[in-house]
Amino acid sequence: MSPTRRSVLKGIASAAALAATGSPEAFAGPLPKKTSPSDAVGLLYDATRCIGCQACVVKCKEANGMPPDTGTPRGAMYDAPDDLNSKTKNIIKLYKGEDGRTSFMKAQCMHCVDPACASVCMISALYKGPRGIVAYDPGKCVGCRYCQTACPFNVPKYEWNTAFPKIVKCEMCRHLVEKGGIPACAAACPREAVIFGGLETLRADAKGRLAGEPKRYFPKVYGETDGGGTQVLYLSAAGIPFEKLGLPDLGNESGPALSENLSHAVYQGFIAPIALYAVLGFAVYRSWRSQGLGKGGEE
Amino acid sequence: MSHKHEAAAVGGPILTRTFIACLAVFALSIAVLAWRFVVGLGPTTGMNDGYPWGIWIAFDVVTGTALACGGFSVAILCYAFNEGKYHPLIRPAVLTSALGYSLAGASVIVDLGRYWNVWKIPLIWNWNRNSVLLEVAVCIMTYVVVLWIELSPAFVEVWEKQEKYPLLCRAARRVHGWLNRYLVAILALGILLPTMHQSSLGSLMLVMTSKLHKLWHTPLLPFLFLATAVLMGYAAVIFESALADEVFDRPRETKILASMSSVMVGVLFVFLGARVIDLALRGRLGLVARLDFYSGMFLLEMALFLAAAILLLSRKRRDNPGVELISAILMMLGGSLYRFDTFLVGFLPGPGWSYFPTIPEMTVTIGFVAFEVLAYLFIVKTFPILHTGVPSHALGMAAAKPSD
Repeated sequence: MSPTRRSVLKGIASAAALAATGSPEAFAGPLPKKTSPSDAVGLLYDATRCIGCQACVVKCKEANGMPPDTGTPRGAMYDAPDDLNSKTKNIIKLYKGEDGRTSFMKAQCMHCVDPACASVCMISALYKGPRGIVAYDPGKCVGCRYCQTACPFNVPKYEWNTAFPKIVKCEMCRHLVEKGGIPACAAACPREAVIFGGLETLRADAKGRLAGEPKRYFPKVYGETDGGGTQVLYLSAAGIPFEKLGLPDLGNESGPALSENLSHAVYQGFIAPIALYAVLGFAVYRSWRSQGLGKGGEE
Repeated sequence: MSHKHEAAAVGGPILTRTFIACLAVFALSIAVLAWRFVVGLGPTTGMNDGYPWGIWIAFDVVTGTALACGGFSVAILCYAFNEGKYHPLIRPAVLTSALGYSLAGASVIVDLGRYWNVWKIPLIWNWNRNSVLLEVAVCIMTYVVVLWIELSPAFVEVWEKQEKYPLLCRAARRVHGWLNRYLVAILALGILLPTMHQSSLGSLMLVMTSKLHKLWHTPLLPFLFLATAVLMGYAAVIFESALADEVFDRPRETKILASMSSVMVGVLFVFLGARVIDLALRGRLGLVARLDFYSGMFLLEMALFLAAAILLLSRKRRDNPGVELISAILMMLGGSLYRFDTFLVGFLPGPGWSYFPTIPEMTVTIGFVAFEVLAYLFIVKTFPILHTGVPSHALGMAAAKPSD
């Protein structure tokens, strides 16, 4: 009995050692940190310029063939979604602080540099497509909704009220961008509160605005490094931190950086599972023999 | 057939009251499922865009497969550590595993929004090798097949004696021959695959660095899930064995189970230690001291495991079948709570979102468990699964108490 216990504990200890070395600190980088392609595109939303006219919400629906969302308000007279949902890929929300200060906030897919949704998707129905746009292919989607649980921004939405649902999320109007166009939200904005462009250009633009009018802005470009970086960048008004606008504090690491490094460390080249299988095969064979099994019709 | 432990069909009538009750509950769940496939998940379940995973994942799959890890846990002891004395426990454990995993697979299909695309998952050229869920899915699909092959000697032993059906008889004999030659490879796979996917079930939550409560998010997730799978597997074997002995009026297997319990004490303390040391090293023990809802859930998990460990610490208590059963139940509850907390309670999608399973949703889960019970009853009565503790043991002899 005691050899059993000892050997079980030994096995557990080595498994623990394996898991323990999988701490994010120990895995600073068998995998290089993900970057977006050099021709990556993005959006820059400047909350201080937004007047909340919702033109972008209307034009987004038009460009993407989305139905109106009349479920919420009384009388169902308005297309008035209350959040991103399966009929709404882009929305303007309002933040009102205790001091009475207000700010508008545009929400849509952040097009992460290292997107969790694409990392977790079993057969890449969500994927990092051309120009870094995070795209969706319903032909591959099984509807497991792991993308929804994994997304730190709660962006992918699901068509809950149909027998044949799809995942719905902003794809940066890739059908327009492919033909040299620009996303509908950026095209519709009368104040250039949201602009479309090359990612590097937008980053420089955002930093330039911060440097030019430091009193106007909260001193940070959200999305430059947050959660491993996003291709949608945000500027907020002075005194209104991004968390108030619903953008979480994610640190500089993406979620996939931890999970992928850990699983690649364990499953590198599939060597560990094959080695374990060989050891188990030998052990089972040995006990099979010594316990007199596999003979005389016995199991 | 010289082996000490013989397995035999329990026999008796199939259509008992329990069986019919389970059948009725299962039929009800099928009706609910028909509705789910017509109207979608929204009207039938409590799931929403904040909580896209409900009890069909958190309970049926994440908790259910761990409770179905008996086949895995006993196989480790019996084959990997060459402890032949556990052999009588193998078949019943593998049967509950096969049923539990098959129904977890069914739950996944029911939960998938676009289930008609499922056939694309095994196609290797489609694989996203970064996806933990892909590994879990492929592993579990394979393991379901492995489990039924592991169990198949019990079926062929019966079928090869069916002289009335020469075709079935001959096929069964041929399969039995293959099994005697190749079952070793399958048995090893039956240990490897759960090691992989049970730890990966924990890895599923690694990516949620900002959405999983800090008491549960740790790089140790894969290890903690593997440990709870082993613990819950052992506990389920004890629980199921006690139940079978009670229902079918059989002698208790206390002696074998007691020595298994001593191994579990070690695993329990390793789990408890890893959990506390991990939180301490990463400066998160303060979250426990907060004494809010989440620390309460955490403390409850720890208390359940600790109580089980303390109960099993002394040799005398281990040999007491009552104590053993109580500690097994504590472990099943502790492990289930740990997994449930990691997937639902500690999952924080942000303000404004809430989830509670609907009655139809719970009906499906209960219906699947009912199916498991009726399938178990049918199989142990028809096929040689449970071992006969004493050679001359006859069913219905209530006084038969000595363990082999």
